[in-house]
Amino acid sequence: MSQTHADYRLSQLDQLEAESIHIFREVAAEFEKPVLMFSGGKDSIVMMRLAEKAFYPAKIPFPVLQVDTGYDFPEVLATRDNWVNRLGVRLIVASVEEALAKGIVVDDGKTSRNRHQIGTLLAAIEEEGFTAAFGGGRRDEEKARAKERVYSHRDEFGQWDPKMQRPELWSLYNGRLHAGEHMRIFPISNWTELDVWHYIGREGIEIPSIYFSHQRSVFERDGMLLTESDFNPCKPGEEASTRTVRFRTVGDLTMTGCVESTAATVDEIIDEIAVARLTERGATRGDDRFSEAAMEDRKKEGYF
Amino acid sequence: MPAPTDGRFHNDAQLISTAQNVGRNMDLLRFATAGSVDDGKSTLIGRLLLDSKSIFEDQLEAVEATSEAKGYDYTDLALLTDGLRSEREQGITIDVAYRYFATPNRKFIIADTPGHVQYTRNMVTGASTADLGLVLVDARNGLTEQSRRHAVILSLLRVPHLVLAVNKMDLVDFSQEVYDNIQAEFTSFATKLNIPDLQVIPISALAGDNVVNRSENMDWYQGPSLMHHLENVHVASDRDLVDARFPVQYVVRPKSDEFHDYRGYGGMVASGVLKPGDEVVVLPSGMTSKIAGIDLFDSEITEAFPPMSVTIRLTDDVDVSRGDMIARVNNAPKPSQDIDAMVCWMTNEPLRKGQKLAIKHTTRNGRALVKDIQYRLDINTLHRDTESAAANGLGLNEIGRVQLRTTVPLLCDPYSKNRTTGSFILIDEATGVTVGAGMINDRT
Repeated sequence: MSQTHADYRLSQLDQLEAESIHIFREVAAEFEKPVLMFSGGKDSIVMMRLAEKAFYPAKIPFPVLQVDTGYDFPEVLATRDNWVNRLGVRLIVASVEEALAKGIVVDDGKTSRNRHQIGTLLAAIEEEGFTAAFGGGRRDEEKARAKERVYSHRDEFGQWDPKMQRPELWSLYNGRLHAGEHMRIFPISNWTELDVWHYIGREGIEIPSIYFSHQRSVFERDGMLLTESDFNPCKPGEEASTRTVRFRTVGDLTMTGCVESTAATVDEIIDEIAVARLTERGATRGDDRFSEAAMEDRKKEGYF
Repeated sequence: MPAPTDGRFHNDAQLISTAQNVGRNMDLLRFATAGSVDDGKSTLIGRLLLDSKSIFEDQLEAVEATSEAKGYDYTDLALLTDGLRSEREQGITIDVAYRYFATPNRKFIIADTPGHVQYTRNMVTGASTADLGLVLVDARNGLTEQSRRHAVILSLLRVPHLVLAVNKMDLVDFSQEVYDNIQAEFTSFATKLNIPDLQVIPISALAGDNVVNRSENMDWYQGPSLMHHLENVHVASDRDLVDARFPVQYVVRPKSDEFHDYRGYGGMVASGVLKPGDEVVVLPSGMTSKIAGIDLFDSEITEAFPPMSVTIRLTDDVDVSRGDMIARVNNAPKPSQDIDAMVCWMTNEPLRKGQKLAIKHTTRNGRALVKDIQYRLDINTLHRDTESAAANGLGLNEIGRVQLRTTVPLLCDPYSKNRTTGSFILIDEATGVTVGAGMINDRT
């Protein structure tokens, strides 16, 4: 009996999943102390799911690290706790507040919490001696990320040197490190925003409710709709009103804008993205809008 | 809902239909582009991204603003792909950039690589994972040393499909004669290479001729447009479904009450089809066993094929660890410590005879001694230069035939048969940097 090749097709989403699982296993096998950076955003939830699948029926063989800006959405923290409890993984919370108190990072009154995450994160990685940190970065997000390797080398200062990136061929990843260096690992490098949404829909996994349409008290600042809260009050001239919105990305509450939307299901979100005219970061992230090379600069310093 | 037939989106309904397909049975094609600014490569990629609505307003606006600030007369689409500051400053693509777009039935990953000879290693990197290679030539100049070099690299990396896009046809009055000459010259050159599938397409990336729609200016051309070809080129049959190769990547042992005795071998199927009940051999030990079951997360599956990541359980309690390979009893690679390979050298300090390096092959790590560098391959002329290899070894971006002796046996196949089990990387033990890429030769 001859079997035609066409029968052994793997859909593109299945191929992406297989590639990501391969990367998770490779890192778990070759690095002494990996950690999964968990922001609570949809990308890091997809990462949790992939890690779960890669090692099943064993538990995920590394802890989860979250950088708490102090300005996180409560819905995001609730989802984080549900995931961590269900999977039985250790959660390490590195707090920006604590890092500020200890003087690891300094508040000059101008720097955003998002930027303070860099110092807090690097301190946590150093303190715990992590040699590999998984991140949910995707190459379709931003053009500095389009050239990022799956294994992204960081020197002993946690810096990324775009000119010194190691060639990455086939599925052969080079995890060699010197003392004090670490590797950032991006298992969903080849996923697009649509892939992430389809995967969430197909796997039926929990993501923070703020991704779906809801009522919220918001105000406009710099062309973005921001959440009104105690640590993010309206300035004179700004006025809060209740609108039907959802978030396309999840970050520091003071900087992450939402969009007006009635999309209440994953399918509706996919339809909305299909006809969207702005990238998710460009639309709703104040921290990426400062200059054309904003992301590249933050990456060099040690951002995700 | 009618899907767009020309790869271009005319309304929101078509965009939505394609977006929903991304999660369904959509296919994947990885292709590598090689070329320099002058060939119009960035313009072409920009057009593919624009026409498939993969570029957003804010990205286009940023590029328009930069083009204006630099005093250009038109929007420089190269700025969309040149992501690093140093690249924008120098106006060149230095590194491999990955781009994504989807049409109704296929998702595409573009590995966009620079064209100049000093970036050969980037081109090799981009080609290593590609199903298809796209080479651009300027119709006014015809085949150049650079376009020949790109074809040689794609052939060495065994990229199964090649497209030669003869660009800027608008600048030669859409002349069939110009196209015919380039086509004939390239086809003759390609017979010296390993290119199983070649398509030559006359285009104008700037004006859009034959990029998405068939050109009305070139009715003498009967072939497909570039987009049509990319959407329809058959890649499923490129996979080897005969020779089962499963490099063991990670041993899954839950050590929990519920899965007390579970012992599974996680890995990605490199080739062939594996099924429960199959008689298998574990290399390099040579012990035989049978597949008890194949797990994909919490479900058991009836067969595993490339490129699935699965966990395989065996009926016997044999000693299997990372770096081993599961293959079929009567179809297994022969473990070897003497490796004959084509190596692309990727660092400034040349590769020398007698040098020791770390080697990574599938999931196996070891050390390698350079026994001999037989010749350097002139990738412009295909000349085999033994004198240069003997005197200077292999320099940055040079490719040559090298003999290695490894500390551990490699469970390998010729690269021409298997791009996964036939490839390896070389790592400098002092710096930890990847310095070489190797493709194992057929045993002669």
